[in-house]
Amino acid sequence: MPELPLFPTQASTMAGKVDALYFFLVSVSAFFVVLVAALIIFFAIRYRRRAHGEVGAKVIPSLALELTWTIIPLGLGLVMFFWGANVYFVESRPPAETLDIYVVGKQWMWRFQHLDGQREINELHVPVGRAVRLTGTSEDVIHSFFVPAFRMKADIIPGRYTTLWFNATKTGRYHLFCAEYCGTRHSGMIGTIVVMEPSEYQAWLAGGGGEGSLVSQGQKLFQDLACITCHRADGEGRGPILDGVYGSKVDLVDGRIVVADDAYIRESVLSPSAKVVAGFQPIMPTFQGLVSEEQLLSLIEYVKSLKGRELNTTKK
Amino acid sequence: MDTDTLALPRTHYLNAEFGLASWLLTTDHKRIGLLFLGSISMFFVLGGIFAGMIRLELLTPPGDLVSDDTYNKLFTMHGIVMIFMFLIPSIPSVMGNFFVPIMIGARDLAFPRLNLLSWYIFMIGGCFTLYAIVTGGVDTGWTFYTPFSTMASTSNVMAAAVGIFIMGFSSILTGLNFIVTIHTMRAPGMTWFRMPLFLWAMYATSLINVLGTPVLAITIVSVALERAFHLGIFDPAYGGDPLLFQHLFWFYSHPAVYIMILPSMGIVSELIAAFSRKNIFGYTFVAFSSLAIAVFGFLVWGHHMFVAGMSVYGAMIFSVLSFLVAVPSAVKVFNWTATLYKGSVSYQTPMLYALGFIGLFTIGGLTGLFLASLGIDVHVTDTYFVVAHFHYIMVGGALMGYLGGLHYWWPKMTGRMYPDLWGRVAAVVTFLGFNLTFFPQFILGYLGMPRRYHAYPPEFQALNVLSTAGASVMGIGYLMPAIYLFWSLKYGPIAGPNPWGAKGLEWTTPSPPPTFNFDETPVVTEPAYAYDTVEKKLA
Repeated sequence: MPELPLFPTQASTMAGKVDALYFFLVSVSAFFVVLVAALIIFFAIRYRRRAHGEVGAKVIPSLALELTWTIIPLGLGLVMFFWGANVYFVESRPPAETLDIYVVGKQWMWRFQHLDGQREINELHVPVGRAVRLTGTSEDVIHSFFVPAFRMKADIIPGRYTTLWFNATKTGRYHLFCAEYCGTRHSGMIGTIVVMEPSEYQAWLAGGGGEGSLVSQGQKLFQDLACITCHRADGEGRGPILDGVYGSKVDLVDGRIVVADDAYIRESVLSPSAKVVAGFQPIMPTFQGLVSEEQLLSLIEYVKSLKGRELNTTKK
Repeated sequence: MDTDTLALPRTHYLNAEFGLASWLLTTDHKRIGLLFLGSISMFFVLGGIFAGMIRLELLTPPGDLVSDDTYNKLFTMHGIVMIFMFLIPSIPSVMGNFFVPIMIGARDLAFPRLNLLSWYIFMIGGCFTLYAIVTGGVDTGWTFYTPFSTMASTSNVMAAAVGIFIMGFSSILTGLNFIVTIHTMRAPGMTWFRMPLFLWAMYATSLINVLGTPVLAITIVSVALERAFHLGIFDPAYGGDPLLFQHLFWFYSHPAVYIMILPSMGIVSELIAAFSRKNIFGYTFVAFSSLAIAVFGFLVWGHHMFVAGMSVYGAMIFSVLSFLVAVPSAVKVFNWTATLYKGSVSYQTPMLYALGFIGLFTIGGLTGLFLASLGIDVHVTDTYFVVAHFHYIMVGGALMGYLGGLHYWWPKMTGRMYPDLWGRVAAVVTFLGFNLTFFPQFILGYLGMPRRYHAYPPEFQALNVLSTAGASVMGIGYLMPAIYLFWSLKYGPIAGPNPWGAKGLEWTTPSPPPTFNFDETPVVTEPAYAYDTVEKKLA
């Protein structure tokens, strides 16, 4: 007979928080199920029909009773709401210092890109005890990144960047499921998260397979696609200077202001005329179909890296 | 009751006319109710066969019974058939059509021909969906999420979508008919607060049908246009927003859950009153809680999308509103329970279904709180926890209420009784089978087994085996009524006008009722469930 597990492993800092709330809800639910069942069974026996034609006694409903059983569920509901919202806030706000990794979902595999060049498919190596932030997008349909042992899930959506984070507390291998139905081999879109000791993780990172850091890949692509001819660092190009642009506010020709985040950079590469920077002509060609989601990630990482260079130039 | 002296009335709605045309062209709401009963029963069997194959496939971890594509089509078609072709029409189209006019003392619905049209529309839509099934099936899931449904699926999405689009008009017409009928055709003395609670529930349901279903129609048209012309509504490759579909879809499909459960709550109110022979405790609270559920039901659709990239504050709003919608449901459960207090409670078949309903609905409702709670939803959404939760509501709730109502009103509809012992056995078997099927799925879900998985890691097997075993028991529970109810049509004892000794206008007319329901328009002089006016034969 197969084993009968009843509770999932706790392997992240999030797991305990989610489980505590879960046990609170289980207790409240059990209390009400037992209460209702006990009352029904008690009444069912106590007030069973004893004679043909008998009718029930007239009971005047009490307003106080109605209000009581309206207000108590309302109060309990609000406690559950605030507690749940509190946990959700922690789930959706990564800490300041994170190890950043990119993930691309595709029918039917997970592709990972580490910043210093390592690429993996359906397996993700991370160090224990360190906050990891994933930025994900999909090449085709909606997928969902789900690691039960971490109590963590987020949809990976085409055309958007989703960020999620976790801090693994136990080394080991954990299931990574696709939780959003995505077609024929949806149930085969299973990966593994390998949580390692930091030293082992360093060794693993060093162990070949990399193609140069993601920044250097992005820089090469930036040159190969001839982006460099317009986005010149000296301000003489036909496009805006990208140094220091990441994370800053950008004025657009139509008066709007946007933050130059991952999604904005992606959009600017794929549909450049959507949000044109003030003072520039909409002359940039689209790179839709020319760059893959992974290449986009390397370009974003390259643009991010330009922040440091800008600091150097202003010092001069 | 002394059944020897009873006889069927000489003419009633069933034998007033004969021949196929007398059925296919009828405008009698009771016959239309039976047309719907026949149609949705067939669809229920079809959806049940899909369910059985799904459970068989999941008996073992590797996907070894059917291929992955077949499995995806099975759960999609199980969902489409059960939701759009059984649960949504079930109680309104069968019991609502049959009993709304009788319970308010009217001769028919306000628009009898529109009523017949709603059956034809339903069948035409059903045929499109059946066509989609026989020509290869659909594999998008019943939710038709984009961009999968607009670009990736190679299956028969269009035919299925057209079918659902058409069937939606049937719901709208039925809802419209009920609203007008309840507003304008109540018998003298039947004030709003003398109406049986089933009518309040049908009224609330009709509001959702009329207001919500058009949004579904718009959504489906958009999917069709997107598939055909790549307009860039939902597909990001053309500048669309994949989440827009989810907002539109759940704006209808969350209230649709209440289309399924509110009518059942109405029936349960009738059953609890009739078999406790007592006024429903807190009648006005129960009546208004139906309206509250209908209104709040439109404000919580976002709780299906907590992990879909919604803003944190948007998620908080939908979360708190979802907790609010639980309150009127809790009020109903407490009032039903309190109704038993000092009642004269008997445990005939319909009452067992009603008590089963309360048990299953309570568990279904409480586990809804887990999903409304943001922190837990992130972990359990899209897992078997959700599957278990909505089956507790939609099968444990909606279907138990439907079966309770069918057993309660069967003697009125057919003039004959069924063997009550077998009825009680079936109700208990269904209840036990149901719990064995779906309770393990809560645990499976918290362990992390995602839904819509054709194959799964071996550690999930034990709970899946339990679930499949339960499904067989539940299947037997559904098969038994099919047999003894058919049997009763010919051999069942004559029921008489009021076999349960229940209150309500439907029990004052012969069983089966004459074509125009009442020989003369009844006059209502007392509240619904006024059992205290019945002379107490034995104190």
